[in-house]
Amino acid sequence: MLCKEESVPQVALLPNVQACPSGLVGGKMQVSLQNIRKYFGAVRANDGISLTLAPGRIYGLLGENGAGKSTLMKILSGYHKADSGRIELDGRRANLGSPADALASGVGMIYQDPLDIPAMRVLDNFLLGRDAKVVLSRTTAAKALLDQACKMGFHIELEACIETLTLGERQQLELLRLLSLGAEVFILDEPTTGISAEQKESLFSSLRKLSEEGKTVILVSHKLPEVQELCHQVFVLRRGKLVGQADIPCPTEQLVRMMFEEVPSRQKRRSLVRPEAALDLHGLAVSTERLQIKDMDLQVRAGEVFGLAGLEGSGQRLLLQACAGLLPLAGGRIWLAGQDVSRWSYHRRRDKGVAYVPSGRLEEGLVAGLSLMEHVALASPQRGLVVDRRFFTQETQARIDHYRIVGRPETRVEALSGGNQQRSLYALLREDLRLILIEHPTRGLDVRSAEWIWELLLRRVEQGTAILFASADLDELIERSDRIAAFSGGVMSRAVAASETSADELGRLIGGER
Amino acid sequence: MNRERLLRGIWPVVPVVAALIVTGLLLAAFGVSPLDGFGAMLQGAFGDPTRTLSVLAFWVPMTLAASGLVVTLTAGLWNIGVEGQIVMGAVAASGLALKLDAPRGVLIPLELLAAMVAGALWAGLAGILKTRGKVHEIFGGLALNGVAIIATNYLISGPWQPPEGGTFRGTAPFPAQAMLPLYGESRLSPLSFLIALVVVIGVYLVLRGTYPGLRLKGLGKNPRSAFLLGVSSEREALLAMMACGALAGLGGAVRVLSWFDSLRQSISGGIGYLALMVVMLAGFRVLLLPLITLFFSAVLSGSITLQLRTQLHSSLGGILTGVLVLLVLMFGDLRQLTGRASGAKEEPADE
Repeated sequence: MLCKEESVPQVALLPNVQACPSGLVGGKMQVSLQNIRKYFGAVRANDGISLTLAPGRIYGLLGENGAGKSTLMKILSGYHKADSGRIELDGRRANLGSPADALASGVGMIYQDPLDIPAMRVLDNFLLGRDAKVVLSRTTAAKALLDQACKMGFHIELEACIETLTLGERQQLELLRLLSLGAEVFILDEPTTGISAEQKESLFSSLRKLSEEGKTVILVSHKLPEVQELCHQVFVLRRGKLVGQADIPCPTEQLVRMMFEEVPSRQKRRSLVRPEAALDLHGLAVSTERLQIKDMDLQVRAGEVFGLAGLEGSGQRLLLQACAGLLPLAGGRIWLAGQDVSRWSYHRRRDKGVAYVPSGRLEEGLVAGLSLMEHVALASPQRGLVVDRRFFTQETQARIDHYRIVGRPETRVEALSGGNQQRSLYALLREDLRLILIEHPTRGLDVRSAEWIWELLLRRVEQGTAILFASADLDELIERSDRIAAFSGGVMSRAVAASETSADELGRLIGGER
Repeated sequence: MNRERLLRGIWPVVPVVAALIVTGLLLAAFGVSPLDGFGAMLQGAFGDPTRTLSVLAFWVPMTLAASGLVVTLTAGLWNIGVEGQIVMGAVAASGLALKLDAPRGVLIPLELLAAMVAGALWAGLAGILKTRGKVHEIFGGLALNGVAIIATNYLISGPWQPPEGGTFRGTAPFPAQAMLPLYGESRLSPLSFLIALVVVIGVYLVLRGTYPGLRLKGLGKNPRSAFLLGVSSEREALLAMMACGALAGLGGAVRVLSWFDSLRQSISGGIGYLALMVVMLAGFRVLLLPLITLFFSAVLSGSITLQLRTQLHSSLGGILTGVLVLLVLMFGDLRQLTGRASGAKEEPADE
């Protein structure tokens, strides 16, 4: 057990910590998940997961993106309903139909973006979730809130507006709210993303206090050092299944191996890399509120497939969007086939042969309300003024056949299934492309469709098209790329040859090794 | 299934009937038999050729503005500034009518062209405020409406005031060759009527089968995706605004060059706002537009007769149209009401 009592935060502490009312009282709750299944279409998000959680302990839930962690926790917190399986709280079957149900049963979840109401004041937000009484007693509630905050070592300003608080403060507030509503089990989904170091310490010490009081804490995280620091025990999920558990401390390598299964060696894909550069990045800098990429260099050659690993939000998407011309550069230059396109708009780069395949489908990429045929017409170069319906209906039918889309030219895209929407995005790509930028090329596709999509992509690669793609699937990265680099906190690691790397090495790169 | 189709077919009529009932009750409450009341309105709108022509003369500019608004609506824009665009069109046409001495065959095309350009520029201003300044088109449009009216008042009372002195009511009447040729003694210009018909059909065809129409559709339904598919959102939004402004400006020209014979204080008479209501009713069904504008025009003309006959104020016509719009918006789409929206599929959680 690694519980650093010394590392109590200075900033967030109230001066009168000793004057706090004493003792948290709470029942202890045994949580048991039995054979939980949850499918989203063909995707098995949770495929028969069973685990038991004892009170007074801090658990880590590990797994790569898409392993099913969030789904499992959303089921436990009543946000999703499991397709099958059983949840027992203290040996009694619990029917958690909604987050409110779950909270009434003692299970509370703090989401990555806390579910508070930005324009409201702290106290009002605290009152909001409380038992419906017509008259709200603000003074009683204020006292309750301050007492709780004091016990946890948080500093709370009752009259502050939520929107002026930092993410960390909102998290603390949410924690207090759940605590005051009688939560016994606390689920935190990636709680340390976007909060300061002091707030992290403050959060961890409060979580330790909770566990000492007999509460159960579940930490969903990719960050192994934090898990090592805080947790007593970890569960590892992979592709919807529980694949391992370990007591902490446990060697990090072992955890990584459990998270990313050993990749079977495959026959090497024939390299189609050509000598000439397709994409050249010099000192690239991109800056958003959450993340920055600084001074980055990269060269992708014609016919090369370059894979980007990394946890979601580490910078891969920024890079792809910057290359597509969707994000302004804060510095540096982008060369496309020997031409400086740094200041070119998205549409100009598109005409020059750059394609961007986003990960959202109906959010960005497809237009709900338009038919497939209309999409094809919209994405094709304009010919004359009048849209030639007959021509595009034939053209669309050809692409539907080619990409194996279950649909008709006149089908509206929102009526297609997720996998068919994904295939439609590829069907909209133009013929001659120099560079394809893809986010999660096959997310949500079954194995056979994924194979087919890559086959079609590789045909383009044979023509000299370069592909730069981000994926959360290490198999896909290793199998499809020529080279791979990982992003961590906006910094790109060294690039490794896909044929020589291993899941272990990628795991370390994802974890921040340069 | 068949019953459902029947229901869907008659659905648009339901709010119309309901609005008539509400207005009928209102009439009854004031002691007027609803049948007499509606009869008076009908009489007032179509009782004799002069009245019918007057209804049509009012119909022309409203139809022009409404056709323009369908374009902006398709692009997902609420061009409330249409009122100001009508006014600016009227101002531009009046300027030429007052100042340019040219034969009719030259002057009238110039007037119409100037009105379209002025309306388009005025709409473009709201469009630029929207795309570049991030000012929502509703607020930008409202502000520009105010400015347009102030500009008219300034011109009437200042530079363009009649020689006998400023009255704040209007400019001096235009010379005959500046006016659109009118049908008999009426205020209807057959030319403008033809133009309006051509515009409706043109807008229908453009939105239905051309690239600009398709781009606007994409833009209106999902700007982000449309952008990624290659639609230049900023340019298309601006063009949609300007197209609408041009048609509204044309409507303004028709107002000053046929309905009136000079630039007046309230030159539009709220036609832009009426056109907005028309478009709310018609949605994207362009071919319904002329019918709805005809209905509005008839009701508003008819209510004047209603006032003369029953001493009820003519604003009752406004109430009828207003109630109608409210009811249509309330009843909405049948499919939405019955909640049989497709696409309610569960998506995988983002992990």
